[in-house]
Amino acid sequence: MKLAIGPVLYYWSREAVWHFYEEVATAPVDIVYLGEVVCSRRHELRLPDWLDLAEDLAASGKEVVLSTQALLESESDLKRLRAVADNGRFAVEANDVGALRLLAGQTAFVAGPHINVYNPPTLAWLAGLGAKRWVMPVEMSREALRYLLPHARGMEIEVFAHGRLPLAFSARCFTARHHNLSKDDCQFRCLDYPDGLPLRTREGERFLAINGIQTQSARVYNLVGSVAELRVFGVDVLRISPQARHSIRIAGLFRAAMDGSLDPAAAAAEMEDLMPDGACDGFWRNRPGMAPVGEEQWP
Amino acid sequence: MPSDALLELVCPAGSLPALKAAVDNGADCVYIGFSDQTNARNFAGLNFDLSSARAGVKYAHGKGARVFLALNTYPQAADWESWRGAVDKTAALGVDAIILADFGLLRYAADEYPDLRRHLSVQGSATNYEALNFYYEHFGVCRAVLPRVLSMAQVEQTMAHARMEIELFGFGSLCVMVEGRCALSSYVTGESPNTHGVCSPAKMVRWQHTARGLESRLNGVLIDRFAGDEHAGYPALCKGRFIVNDESYYAIEEPTSLNTLAVLPEMLRLGVAAIKIEGRQRSPAYVAQVTRVWRAAIDACKRDPESYAAQPAWLREMDRIAEGQQHTLGAYHRPWK
Repeated sequence: MKLAIGPVLYYWSREAVWHFYEEVATAPVDIVYLGEVVCSRRHELRLPDWLDLAEDLAASGKEVVLSTQALLESESDLKRLRAVADNGRFAVEANDVGALRLLAGQTAFVAGPHINVYNPPTLAWLAGLGAKRWVMPVEMSREALRYLLPHARGMEIEVFAHGRLPLAFSARCFTARHHNLSKDDCQFRCLDYPDGLPLRTREGERFLAINGIQTQSARVYNLVGSVAELRVFGVDVLRISPQARHSIRIAGLFRAAMDGSLDPAAAAAEMEDLMPDGACDGFWRNRPGMAPVGEEQWP
Repeated sequence: MPSDALLELVCPAGSLPALKAAVDNGADCVYIGFSDQTNARNFAGLNFDLSSARAGVKYAHGKGARVFLALNTYPQAADWESWRGAVDKTAALGVDAIILADFGLLRYAADEYPDLRRHLSVQGSATNYEALNFYYEHFGVCRAVLPRVLSMAQVEQTMAHARMEIELFGFGSLCVMVEGRCALSSYVTGESPNTHGVCSPAKMVRWQHTARGLESRLNGVLIDRFAGDEHAGYPALCKGRFIVNDESYYAIEEPTSLNTLAVLPEMLRLGVAAIKIEGRQRSPAYVAQVTRVWRAAIDACKRDPESYAAQPAWLREMDRIAEGQQHTLGAYHRPWK
């Protein structure tokens, strides 16, 4: 089983991004996804910068995949998409059907978690398009995956295994809205929230995290305790979605749990203090996604 | 691609009486769905079985209106057969189009029923022409409903390069997220539009009078709390009041309805094929009222787009039935973003 670092979903400063990938280069991960997935206004790194990083990481022995933006609305969004699709060197993760059109038959590609695949004929059809790997939608359960696996037809299977869950995309930027700014003049406030902007209920429960046009879970999805089960299923890749701090240590704990050198329950216990909020794994267990890890009783 | 059809009025029908109300008040087309999980508006006591669907098709066709049937959820892993069966039933009904979102179902419908028009549901999340043309090239989709996330300029740019007719939302409850890309509901309740055809399902809703006001909860999560004089809306989880940086407000979206009456001439100019009205969960009286106003507006716009203006009486009538009694142009209007 391989370990992947997913694309950075937040807006970090250029220095923070560079520093993060310097650490990733020597971390025990196999695959690194690079690029801006959430917002077209985020320009701390542009495509040539991402390609430079990709070369560095490839030289360190990592498999590099360039991720595409999930919500494509304008011609400039499509222009950036084409530039990524035509990079000529690295595989590309398609996070929108528009990207599938450009990649199928042209470039090695991964079908990302934002493409809707929920049933065997759809999965088999996607495999027929030539995807080399499929990332399961985050709301999918282990029971559903069990039904789908026989239809993967040679595609590798990847599961989002750690990180705040990307739950929704909107035309509206909720970070700009919070600051009474228009989306077109957001003043790049996302830079102030490297793990997203916490949204609590009026009882103070930490509920969601605002990340520009994306809405995430507050709780961190964590499947480290299910590593053995994921292996039995034949899952090929586990994805860690980067957070502002501790991602490299979390990758190390995942690697140890995957290698059998650390008990998964112990790995989960060590991670408790390394996450911006508590852990959940409801989606995997066919429950509401926010169900805390290990919570068996749920209404 | 501008189409021969222009500004057709496509109205919701969650029941046979609602279908008749839409047809009788001037709908060009109605859209319906089965009363099961194949339907993204799977509300208790609503929608169609085979016999009411047959009666609906007969009634509509008898009055010159067309019927679309929406199978707009994603077939779930263990249960593909029930969705495939729904495509078979739809084809046998003699409807005028089937509205789909899933790759597998589109493939099946295109292979088995090539003569049945295939429309792409808004749940298909096609927000750009590369995605739209992909659906056209692979599945012969001839019309697509665009998610409510594009500005008018983006709609125009998209239509200039898309090889199919475009249908736009005109009125109804506003989904602020990209349709087909939202798992907020399943995060809280285990059921979402993609998986179960529901958002913020009613069976998970609890109302409770407390000393602090009337509270609405979704699977235990406090969505909103209303003072005595406040109108208490349905606790759709993206339209609740939450706290961000110590400020309590509608952090995602206020309860409000989309209403595009003001920009109909622009939609006509772009060659928009159809205007879709949301609301299969609504009563026949609601459907009749919305259809009547929109029929008048579309006719006025087509007759004389230069001098068209959304009449204050229409807007007042629509605001009375709008969510929160207010309306917005949504993303069509750039500042909303």
